[in-house]
Formats: sequence, structure tokens, C-alpha cells
Amino acid sequence: MIGIIGGGIIGVATAYELAKLGEDVIVFEKRYLGSGSTFRCASGIRAQFTDEANIKLMKYSIERWGQLSEELNHDIMFQQTGYLFLATSEEEVEAFKRNIKLQNKFGVPTKLITPEEAKEIVPPLNKDAFLAAAWNPEDGKASPFHTLYAYKKAAEKLGARFHEYTKVTMIEKEDKWKIKTTRGEFKVDVVVNATNAWAREINSMIGKDIIPIKPYKHQLVKTEPLERGQIEPLVCPPAWNDSYVIQDGEDGGVICGTALEYETSPDDVTPTYDFAKEVLKWAVKIIPALKHVHIVRQWAGHYARTPDNNPAIGEIEDNFYVAIGFSGHGFMMAPAVAQALAERIVKGRTKVPLDWEWFDPFRFERGELRSSAFQIG
Amino acid sequence: MRIVCRCNDVTVEDIEKLIDEGVTDLEELRRLLRIGMGPCQGRTCIPIVISILARKTGKRPEDIALPNARFPVRPVKIEALVGGEK
Repeated sequence: MIGIIGGGIIGVATAYELAKLGEDVIVFEKRYLGSGSTFRCASGIRAQFTDEANIKLMKYSIERWGQLSEELNHDIMFQQTGYLFLATSEEEVEAFKRNIKLQNKFGVPTKLITPEEAKEIVPPLNKDAFLAAAWNPEDGKASPFHTLYAYKKAAEKLGARFHEYTKVTMIEKEDKWKIKTTRGEFKVDVVVNATNAWAREINSMIGKDIIPIKPYKHQLVKTEPLERGQIEPLVCPPAWNDSYVIQDGEDGGVICGTALEYETSPDDVTPTYDFAKEVLKWAVKIIPALKHVHIVRQWAGHYARTPDNNPAIGEIEDNFYVAIGFSGHGFMMAPAVAQALAERIVKGRTKVPLDWEWFDPFRFERGELRSSAFQIG
Repeated sequence: MRIVCRCNDVTVEDIEKLIDEGVTDLEELRRLLRIGMGPCQGRTCIPIVISILARKTGKRPEDIALPNARFPVRPVKIEALVGGEK
């Protein structure tokens, strides 16, 4: 039996992939499924990264995203509406060109386009504010709510069990791993820690606090629903405080984000007024017409950041695995990471192009850092 | 067809169907149906959903925790918040 701690997208998708391989799986979630980072994310999915490991992983993940609705027999609302990064200086245009070349090398069809071409994709865009844009039409978005639910239902059909409102209080190694919870003790052969922003607490239970994750509160503001097709891609000028806007794939409201973040406990999800002012200042620079739209809600979640903004994925003790520290990329990476991890646990190998060395959980102990993956949407 | 959530056109039947499928947590119902996420912030629908949930699951309505209230309490035009900023 395999015990997964953490009922977010990584834990639930891994439960499904393990159950698909015939494993007996049990998932522990201290609140309701998705209550951590998953249900608070901006829903974006992209292969526009700046290093080989993340580009290859996300290219594969996007292929998996395209199959999920059919495979899980539930519409997860995956749409390839693209990501549009805007360059606001000549230096940035050059950097975009280098990134695009790297992405193209691994089969991601990003291209540099003019402000006029960008405006055809996003009609209300302020085209005078930038010089060029990086456009990958294969990037996209999906519903975090329906994706998590679809994975859960499919996993349950294969026999996986989910214990919600069940907090893990202690983990001990005997002949097997013994997981003590607020609802009794469970003995499992393998443990997977998928608790992201809460991961250090769990790793500490086995004396292996080796991944220095810090939770940072990130917030989002959302507008009333707008007519579809206005701001379908995620639009982001990184130089503008990593601010972005994206029309929600379900109801058409515009989700606005910015990099104003707070180092705090992951249980603190109180929205702050200064964030609303800051994020909207940038949003109306990207799309001036947003000024005339109402905002209807604001909420907070956490980026579980590692020192290089890359997750830690792998085995940190015999039969104790982690997939944590996603630094804002957990939702988009989940289909690929879950499959890779499940196959590695069960078969010892996987065909998923996941670079285990790049995401090695021990790299921080050795003082090695990867090049930082930028963190947007 | 009886509408419960006027922002997102959710009906009694939609809610009862999901509860019958085993989704009995208000937080999960909310997110799958988007009840309480529209411009009214759940003023209309959440009390009705709680009473449906109580009836179907045998829980007492007062034992079902209300979802968080979100800022802003009523929809606010963005220009009201960025007004005067350059």
C-alpha cells in the first residue's frame, strides 16, 4: 500500500497514476481536497520556460493535458489559448529571442510577434506599451476544480481511497512506514509527501528537513464575467512586476495577478487591500479598458518556493518520496510529474522526460542551485 | 427547473445530482458549480445550498461552515480603486 500525504493536484493525480498501475493507494488531506494551493491557482499551463528540464517536462505535460478529459471521463476545460509574454525593452526582446530558440529546439512552437499581431490575439491590448511579444499558441489553461475532481473520481474507480479532514501527526519507520493521523494509524510500504507549502513539517517527522521551502502568500483579483475571446491567453509583461491577466476558462472573468508577495504561514490566506491596488495598477496598463469593469473577488494562496524556484522531486529516504516546492508551477506540471513519479515508484523507471537530477531533492544540501525558473501564472 | 445561483445559473437539480454522486462538502460543491463565486458573492445562493445540503445529508444547517467572505463585499469598478494613480 502507498500512502500519499496532501490532497492537492500533485497528490491526487499521483494517486490516480499509481492506482492505474494497480497499486493500493490512500490519500490523507488535512482539510478538503484542493484547499492548499491548487484551488487558489490562476489555472495557467505553459511550456515557455527558460531551461531544458522545464521546457521538456512541460511539453510532455501539455500533451497529457490534451488527453485528460477523455481519459478521466470528465471535462476538465483544458483550452490551448496560449501565453503572450510582452517585451518592454530592447534587452528583453533579445532575451526573448534566446528563450524562443531554446524552446523551439525542444519542439515548442513559440515565436516572436509584433505588437500589431499581438493585438489581433488580444483585441483590447495596449499595444503602445511594448516592443514585441513571445507567443506560444500551445500554452493554455484548465479548470483546477474540475481537474482535481476528475482525477479523484477516476482514482476512486480504480480503488484509491481519500481521507479528507485527516491530519498526519507523526510518521514512524518500523517494518513498514506507520502514518499516525487524527483518524487512526495506517501502515504503508511507500510514503509520498505531496504537501507543497506544508512539506517541511512532514519531512521533519522523519528527520529529513533538507528542502528549504518557504511559503509566500500570492493573491489574485477577479473581475465580473466578460464576453469570451477578449483576453483568452495569459498576457504578461514580466518587467511590470510579473503582472498578468487571463480570462477564466469557465466564466470569462479576468484573473489579475502580480508578484507582490508576503512570507507567511501557509495557513494565512487573508487577502490584503494593498494587493488589490497594486495588481489593478498594472492590469489597466496592460488592458486599459479594464478600468470600466467591476472586480468581484480577491483571494490568496501560496507559492511554495525553493531557493531556485524549481520543485524537489524524488526519494529522500528508502520508500519515502517527495514532490514538493513547486514555486507556483504545480498545477501545470501535475500530469507529467504524477505519471513520472508513479512509474518510478512502481517500475523504477519512466518514459516521461523528467530530469531527476535537475529536480534532485538533495541539491540544496550540496549547495547546488538550478537556474531559476521564472514564476508567472 | 429551479434556479438557486442567479450569477452562474445553477439549479436545485445540479446541486442534488452532485450530492447524490457523493460531493457533500460545501467547499467542493461551490467550486464544481461556482455557487457563491459570482457578483452576488453567495448572498442569494449559499443559504439555499446549505439548506439543500442539510436536507440531503441529515446534517444540521448550523453545523455546515459558511465559506469565507471575499473582498470586495460588493462589486467595485476598477477605476474606483486605481483612480488618481499614474
